[in-house]
Amino acid sequence: MATINPNIDFTLARNVAGQLQFTDSDGIVFDNVNLVRAFPISAPDEGLSIISKEGHELAWISSLVDMPIQLKELIEAELAQREFMPEILRINQVSSFATPSIWDVVTDKGNTQLTLKAEDQIWRLKNNRILITDKNGVNFMINNLEQLDKHSRKLLDRFL
Amino acid sequence: MNVVNSVPVNSKILPPTPSSRLLPNFWQSIVQPHLENAEEIKAWLEINLDEQLHFTEHLLLITNRRLVYFCPSKTHADIPNVSVHEYVYRPDLKLVQHDHAGVYKLELFEHHLRIASWCYTLTSDTSSARFIKQFEQQCTSFISGNPVPVEATEPCPKCRYPLTAEQDECPQCSSEIDTPPSTWTLFRLWRFAKPYQWQLLAGFLLMLASTAATLVPPYLTIPLMDKVLIPYQNGVPIDTELVGLLLGGLLGSALLAWSLGWSKTYILALVSERIGADLRTITYDHLLKLSLEYFGGKRTGDLMARIGSESDRICVFLSLHLLDFATDVLMIIMTAAILVSINPELALVTLLPLPFIAWMIHIVRDKLRTGFEKIDRVWSEVSNVLADTIPGIRVVKAFAQEARESSRFGEANQHNLAVNDRINKIWSLFSPSVTLLTEIGLLLVWAFGIWQISKDEISVGILTAFLAYISRFYTRLDSMSRIVSVTQKAASGAKRIFDILDHVSSVPEPSNPVHLDTVSGKIEIRSAGFRYGNRAVIKDLNLTIEPGEMIGLVGHSGSGKSTLVNLMCRFYDVSAGSISLDGVNIRSLPISEYRLNIGLVLQEPFLFFGSIAENIAYGKPDATRAEIIAAARAAHAHEFILRLPHGYDSLVGERGHGLSGGERQRISIARALLIDPRILILDEATASVDTETEKEIQKALDNLVHGRTTIAIAHRLSTLHKANRLVVMDQGQIVEIGNHDELMASEGAYYRLYQAQARNVDTDLDDVISNETIANKEASA
Repeated sequence: MATINPNIDFTLARNVAGQLQFTDSDGIVFDNVNLVRAFPISAPDEGLSIISKEGHELAWISSLVDMPIQLKELIEAELAQREFMPEILRINQVSSFATPSIWDVVTDKGNTQLTLKAEDQIWRLKNNRILITDKNGVNFMINNLEQLDKHSRKLLDRFL
Repeated sequence: MNVVNSVPVNSKILPPTPSSRLLPNFWQSIVQPHLENAEEIKAWLEINLDEQLHFTEHLLLITNRRLVYFCPSKTHADIPNVSVHEYVYRPDLKLVQHDHAGVYKLELFEHHLRIASWCYTLTSDTSSARFIKQFEQQCTSFISGNPVPVEATEPCPKCRYPLTAEQDECPQCSSEIDTPPSTWTLFRLWRFAKPYQWQLLAGFLLMLASTAATLVPPYLTIPLMDKVLIPYQNGVPIDTELVGLLLGGLLGSALLAWSLGWSKTYILALVSERIGADLRTITYDHLLKLSLEYFGGKRTGDLMARIGSESDRICVFLSLHLLDFATDVLMIIMTAAILVSINPELALVTLLPLPFIAWMIHIVRDKLRTGFEKIDRVWSEVSNVLADTIPGIRVVKAFAQEARESSRFGEANQHNLAVNDRINKIWSLFSPSVTLLTEIGLLLVWAFGIWQISKDEISVGILTAFLAYISRFYTRLDSMSRIVSVTQKAASGAKRIFDILDHVSSVPEPSNPVHLDTVSGKIEIRSAGFRYGNRAVIKDLNLTIEPGEMIGLVGHSGSGKSTLVNLMCRFYDVSAGSISLDGVNIRSLPISEYRLNIGLVLQEPFLFFGSIAENIAYGKPDATRAEIIAAARAAHAHEFILRLPHGYDSLVGERGHGLSGGERQRISIARALLIDPRILILDEATASVDTETEKEIQKALDNLVHGRTTIAIAHRLSTLHKANRLVVMDQGQIVEIGNHDELMASEGAYYRLYQAQARNVDTDLDDVISNETIANKEASA
């Protein structure tokens, strides 16, 4: 892959096993590397690290903006797979106001259920954002509490 | 759908595991037409995400000849359109699972080529490890033609539900945890009230009598008015005898009401105070039994508030508010009965506003309850800020962040204020409204009463009696409306306490405990796995530790050493595999009995408030002074203890101030020595002290280790020179095992680390391991 950006002295490709393959400037090949955002919630576009399967950093991408388009697409596709954080668009129903409580939610990834183990699994972040971790460790995001419809807000309010 | 039981022809011969339990009805009708003759369903896994990670329902099925993937198209009609992919078993097929942030990915490889992948989130009863194992077994059996070996099953220690080796969490027991506590929480307090039922009954009878006594005076106003005052106005002289009788009756009933009221309040307050105390003790006892996992997820301030102030609030509620309320209800019922017996029509008018007020109370109750729950949460937020800051006061001061902490506290306080303001808005409107309704009710009675008197249906005396009754009646309604708020406060407090009580320990006591008489200290860890949240911390780990052997655990932080030790102590339970002591699964040993065999020395020794002697004897409170001194001597703590102003009686605080890190550590070593455990766990026992102190502690440790099964975690390899075997861990797995010489000879991770430390270069184990992997890469490239 031709690199336009002088900061990018590596190549990234997908191997036959469907994994990301990283080749550094010296031509050393690393299979099964991971892409990790440094601030997945507060600044998702700002820092991105390529991590070897042993957990060591191979390259640091400070911003996705000036990436070659091909590389950028590959990275974004991989991140979409890795970063599963459905955004809750509506809360249809909750099984009880006491935890553990099973919620019927509409997310940007479709309808699903989540089990809230305790109220402290709801994190209030800045700018009215809310992060909910369900029983199985899946993170659900509410991007703006204010923009949620009245019904959902009323239900959520009982847990805040 | 009528195709309910068409598949399970063969289900009886299958072990009842989650992946081989009956297929949901929805899938049965879809799957059935695609199965060939004599094809058996062996396991299934519901895949709930598609390639774009949208929630949809797919199914992976393992039969005795192939892996089948069912993917219904969008419409979920009765006759779904399903696309089916099949992968008939052939050599070199391999199923691999990994997970990240709660999303699991199954990948099917043929050689190194990935031919399919599926994503799903964990739902209640999917066990993918078991699914993969089934796949491997079926695949091998299909190719080789040999039948699948029958697995040994082990029942759940709690409910005897048969479990397989891979399946660690019992699906029966774990589903119970998901059921939310009932909203009628306050009634659950009966469990605590039951021991006092006779006192409660006595209190109730006294309450009945005293309430009845208070209702006598208004009744006496009828003859007083009709037989004395009104005849007098009409020129009849006052009958002094009758007046004396009536006034005497008034006084007598007042005195009776006073004495009865006093005894009922006293008895019931006594009982409620005891209920509150029981509640506190039982909750605390239960809290202590919960696993470390629970404490990891909770903040100290919150737990303290629950056990302390919440239980007190419930107590006040029972002794004061509930008592008043019950009295009020009794009074209303009795008053209503009296009023109806005197004059049904006027009684009807008098009671008219009652349902209206009741309705209003009901409306406001809901609003207030959520509000009070909110206040509780905000309140624990405030105390959490305190609980965070006060122990960390040195850091706060060192970085000069007092202003920031103050504003954090202020913020929490503001939040508290805002929530309270919102509630007060409803609340402040509530009381005056009730008063207003009372006035209107009185007005109504006056108007109707005057009209009735004008028609000669009632006497003036009856009207005055009614007015006297209902002015009491309505003031009670007013105070009854106050019960709403206190009940809600108490109910939310009770809910938060029952939240603790309902929490089932994730480290359950065995139902049929096995007792070990003599413990030799052999530990076997078989394919143990552990997940912390959505992160797999220990993966398929096998290790056998012989009695009396010393094992050194080496690895960088996060490699799972401490977790492994926590699992051995049964602070957590393994999520897969098993750990056994002398051949007995540690889950079937009573927890406290098991832990008595373990001596634990931590990196940060914790000293409780009390004397040094008490701290040493913490694990064995009945130890003699001679034993304490012997332990202290062996721990090389004796001399410095004697240098303290009060010797063994010197008081130390919760963080052991006044003692150095090394001194505190030696006290904790003495503590471990005193209980004479068969198994000893040293978790970075010398990490936080200087080299000189380390030598001192090392001497103490050598005494401790002697003859015991020891597991030592250490960063500095010099501390492990006595270890029989060294276990090098990385990413939750064992990378190398062997004694010092073997590991040096194999020139692996340990060799590099040792070389680096011998040269006295400040090398981290992380670097050594990464260098090694890079070297391996180069070698393989």
